[in-house]
Amino acid sequence: MSLLWIVFLPLLGACIPLLLARTPRWIKTVTTAAIPIVGLAIMGGYVGQTISGVIPQQSIAWLSHIGLNLAFRLDGLSLLFVSLILGIGVLIIAYAHYYLSEQDNDSRFYACLLLFMASMLGIVMADNLLLLWVFWELTSVSSFLLIGYWFHSSDARRGARMALATTGCGGLALLAGILLLGHIAGGYDLDTVFAAAANIQQHPWYLGALILVLLGAFTKSAQFPFQFWLPHAMAAPTPVSAYLHSATMVKAGIFLLARLHPVLAGTEWWFYLVTFTGLATLLVGAYFAILKHDIKGLLAFSTISHLGLICMMLGIGTEAAVIAALFHVINHACFKAALFMTAGIIDHESGTRDMRKLNGLLRYMPLTATLAMILAASMAGIPPLNGFLSKEMFLAESLQQHLFGGLSWLIPVLATVGAMLSVAYSIRYVHDLFFNGEPKELPKTPHDPPKGMLVPVALLVVLCIAIGLAPMWFAEDILTAAVSAVHGPLTALEIGLWHGWNWPLLMSAIAVVGGAVIYLARDQLFSFNRQFEHRDAKHIFESTVQRLSDGATAVFDRIDTGSLQRYMAILLTTVIILLLVPLIDLTQLFGGRKQLPIDVVSMVGALLIIFSALGVAILHRQRLLALLMLSVTGLMVSLAFAHLSAPDLAMTQLVVEVVSIILMILALFFMPQRTPRASSGHRVVRDIILSSLIGGLVASLNYALLTRSFDSISDYFVSNAKMLGGGNNIVNVILVDFRGFDTLGEITVLAIAAAGIHKLLNKLKPFMPSSDVDGRPWHHIRHPLLVTTVAKLLLPLALMVAVYILLRGHNMPGGGFIAGLITASAMILQYMANGVDWVKDRFNVNYQSLMSFGVMISLFTGLGSWYFERPFLTSWFTHIHWPVVGEFEFATAMLFDLGVYLTVIGATMMILTNFGKMTTRHRPTQEGN
Amino acid sequence: METLYAITVGILTACSIFLILRGRSFPIVVGITMLSYAVNLFLFSTGRLQIDGAPILGMVENPTDPLPQALVLTAIVIGFAMTAYAIILAVRARGEIGSDEVNDLDTHEQSEGHR
Repeated sequence: MSLLWIVFLPLLGACIPLLLARTPRWIKTVTTAAIPIVGLAIMGGYVGQTISGVIPQQSIAWLSHIGLNLAFRLDGLSLLFVSLILGIGVLIIAYAHYYLSEQDNDSRFYACLLLFMASMLGIVMADNLLLLWVFWELTSVSSFLLIGYWFHSSDARRGARMALATTGCGGLALLAGILLLGHIAGGYDLDTVFAAAANIQQHPWYLGALILVLLGAFTKSAQFPFQFWLPHAMAAPTPVSAYLHSATMVKAGIFLLARLHPVLAGTEWWFYLVTFTGLATLLVGAYFAILKHDIKGLLAFSTISHLGLICMMLGIGTEAAVIAALFHVINHACFKAALFMTAGIIDHESGTRDMRKLNGLLRYMPLTATLAMILAASMAGIPPLNGFLSKEMFLAESLQQHLFGGLSWLIPVLATVGAMLSVAYSIRYVHDLFFNGEPKELPKTPHDPPKGMLVPVALLVVLCIAIGLAPMWFAEDILTAAVSAVHGPLTALEIGLWHGWNWPLLMSAIAVVGGAVIYLARDQLFSFNRQFEHRDAKHIFESTVQRLSDGATAVFDRIDTGSLQRYMAILLTTVIILLLVPLIDLTQLFGGRKQLPIDVVSMVGALLIIFSALGVAILHRQRLLALLMLSVTGLMVSLAFAHLSAPDLAMTQLVVEVVSIILMILALFFMPQRTPRASSGHRVVRDIILSSLIGGLVASLNYALLTRSFDSISDYFVSNAKMLGGGNNIVNVILVDFRGFDTLGEITVLAIAAAGIHKLLNKLKPFMPSSDVDGRPWHHIRHPLLVTTVAKLLLPLALMVAVYILLRGHNMPGGGFIAGLITASAMILQYMANGVDWVKDRFNVNYQSLMSFGVMISLFTGLGSWYFERPFLTSWFTHIHWPVVGEFEFATAMLFDLGVYLTVIGATMMILTNFGKMTTRHRPTQEGN
Repeated sequence: METLYAITVGILTACSIFLILRGRSFPIVVGITMLSYAVNLFLFSTGRLQIDGAPILGMVENPTDPLPQALVLTAIVIGFAMTAYAIILAVRARGEIGSDEVNDLDTHEQSEGHR
C-alpha cells in the first residue's frame, strides 16, 4: 500500500501550501519539505528488499480495458532516481525558502514544485508504460508552470512555452512509440514488455517504435538537435533550474532510455542513434558552454553536454558503460544542483549573472566561492571528486569501441575533446567569477548569503567529496541494483580513484592541460565565434510557430467563410454523392411490388401539395403569402396521413400545423415582411440545380422503397399490443408503453426546447414595426367581437374534446400528444381573441411548472415500476367496473400519457405565450414571466 | 399511387432545399418546416401505403404498420419544437444585429453578389 504513497503524497500534498497560503513562509517550507522526507522514509522501508533483488510492486486497477493500471514498482533503477528526486527535492525546498523574495507567491511555487516532484516520481516508479506516459506529460505541464513562474517576464513566458511545445511534441511521439511497443508485446505492463524484448527487436515496427521513443527521450533530455529549449528554461527561478537540471525533467529522458534499455538496446540502430546523438550533444553543449557570459547559461549548456555523455554511455550499452552512465547520473545530479544553487546565490547577492561584470568575488563571498570551486572541480573531473570517477569510466569505455571499424580511434579522441571543453568552461566558471580582477558596475555589493542558504550547497559538496573518496561505500548497493534493472545481473563492479598508469588517466591529464589552454585562448574563441551570425533559438522557434499558425489560419479562412449558404451547398453536394452511389448500384428502380390504383382524392391532394410547395418556393419573398401557402401544404399533408390510414398522425399534424403557423405569423411581425432580391441569377440557378437533384434522388429512393416488399418488425407490436399493453391503438401503445422510454426522452426534449426559447426571449429587444410593409399603421381594435365570442364558446368544447381524446387514446386514435396540442390551441385562441391581460386575470398558470410537472409525472410513472421490482416503465393495467360508466380500463400507461399531455400543453403554451407577450407589458424579463 | 407519392415527396424536398439555400432567416425556417413534412412523409411511407386501414386492433382486419407511425408522430412534435426554436432564434438575431441575413459578412469577404 505505502509504495503508492511515495507518488501520491506529493501529488495530494500539492494542495497543502495553497491551503496554508496565509501562514508565514517557514511553516509552508517545513510542511512542504516534510512531504519528500516522509517519502524518503517510505522508500527506506523498501531499500533492503530492492537491493536483495525482490522488486516491490503494487497495482490498482484503473482503466484496465485499455491496459492502463495504477501499477508501481521500485526496482534498482527506480530506487536510484527516487532517492535523487526526493533527496535533492528536500534541499531545493530549503534553498527556495531563502531564495524567493517577499513579493513572490511562495504557496504557488511550493505547490507546483510538489506537483512536479510527484509527476517525476510517477515516471520513475511506473510499472506500466501508459502510466509512465501520463506522468511524463504531467512533468511537461508542471515544468511549464514552474518555468513560467515569473509570468510577468516575457522571457519566462516564452521559455515556458518553448519547453512545453518541445517536450509536449516529444511526448506525443513517445505515446505513439509506447502504443507500438504495447501492441507488439501484447500489454503495457513492464514485465510483459520486458518479456517480449526479443519479439520487439525482430518486429518490422521495431525501428519506428525506437525512433518515436527516442524522439520523446531526446526532446525531454535536450539532446541535439532538441537542445534549444533548455537554456531558455533557465528563465525559471534558480531553485527550479537547479531541480530541473539535476534530478528531474531532463533526467526523465535519460531514465526512459535506461528503463527501456532491456527492450530496445542491443541493436545496431540503437547503438548508432543513441551513441552519436549523445556524442554530438556532448560536444555541442560543451562548446557553447564556454561561450556563454551568463552563469546560468554556462551551466545550462554544461548540463546538455553532460546529458550527452550519459546518453552516449547508454548507447554503447555494455555493462561497464551502463555503470558509468548511472553513476554519472548520481554525480551530475549532486554537483549540478549545487552549482545552480551557487549561481542563484551570486545572482541574489550581486544582482547580476553576467561573468563580464562578476570578477574577484572570492574576497566578497569566500564561503560561497570555496564551495563553488569544489563543485566546479567535480564538474571538470578533477580527482579526488566524484566527477572524476565517472569521467574516467567514460574515457575508459570510449576506448573499448570498435563498431566504427578503422575509424574507431575517433571516439576516444572526441571524448577527450569533450572532456577538455568541460575543463575549459569549469575553469572559466571559477576563474572569471572568483579571481580575474575586481567586479565591475555591480548593482549590489556582494557578500555571503545567510547560512541557511549555504547549507544545502554544503551538504551536496560533502556528498561530492565523500562519493569521490569512498565510491564503493556509497554507491555499490544502489548501483548494483540499478544496473541489474537496466542491464541484467551484474558481473563486476569496481570503482576506485586509482587504477594505475593507464590510457584514461593520460586522457584526463590531456583534458586538464588542453582545457587550460582553451581557457587561456578564450578571447580568440570569442572573436572566432562572433563572425557567425547570432541566431537566437527563441526567435527561430517563434517564427516557426508563427508560420504554422499563419498556415492554419489561411486554411481555416478558406473553409470558414462565414457563409451559411456555402456550408449548406457543400453539405448538400455531399448528400447527393452519398445518395447517388447506392442508387446507381440498383439495377432497376421499380421493385416489383404491385402499386395501388390512384384515386381522385389522392390525385387532388397530391396536386395541391405540389402546387402549394412550388408556390412557397417561388413566392418566398412575399413572406405572408408564402406562409399561407405553407399552411396549405401542411394541411394537405395531414389529410394525406388521414387518407393513408394514419389517423393519429393526421390529428397530430393538423394541430401542430395550426400552432406552428400561428407562431410563424407572430414571428413575421418582428421580421421584414418581404425578402429583398438578393441572390444573383447565377446563384439561383445553382440552387435550383442542387435542390432539383436532391428532390429527384429522394423521389427515386422513395419510389424504389415503396415498390419493394419488406418484412416489418412491427408484428411483435401488433400481436402483443392488446395482451401486454392493454390497448387497441397500437401506435399509442408503442408510444406510451413499448417505447415509453423514447417518449419520455422526447417530451424532455420538448421541455428543453421550450425552456431554451424562454431564455432566448429574455430581455430581447425585438424590432417593433409601427406600420405594415406598405406604410399603413397597425389597426387599433385589438380584439374583434366576433372572434372574442366564438373563442369563449369554443373553449369548454375544445377542452372536453381534448379530455375525450386523451382518455380514449389507448384504444382509439388520440392520446396525450394530440390532446395536449388541442388544449394548447384552444388556449392560444383565448390569448389571441381576448389578450394577455384577460387570460391572466382568469387563468394564471405558470406554464413552466406545468411542463415540469408533466415530465415528472411521466418519469415517476416509470420509476413506480421499480417499487414493484420490475424494470423501468413496466406498465400494468386492469379493468374496473364503475357503477354508472360501466367497464373502464385503467392502465399505468394512461398516467404516463397524462404526463405527456401536461408537458405538451406547458411547452407549447410557454413558447407561444412568451412570444406573444413580446408586444405587451408582460414581456419576459430576467425575473421570469 | 406509389409513383405519385414519391413524386410529391421529391417535389416537397426540392422546394424545401431551395428555401434552405436562401440567404435570409425567414425563408430558411419555412424551408426547414417544409423539409420536415417531406421527411415525415418519407419515413411514414417505409410502412408502405394503405388506404382505408388503421393501426387499430378490432377496427380493421389487417392493421397497418404502426411502427413508422409512432416514429413519425414523435417526429412531428419534435419538428415543431425545432421550428419554434429556429424561428425565435431568427427573431432574436434580428433584434440583436438588426438584420435577418444568415451570412457573416462583417468578418469575411464575400465572393458572391449579395445585398
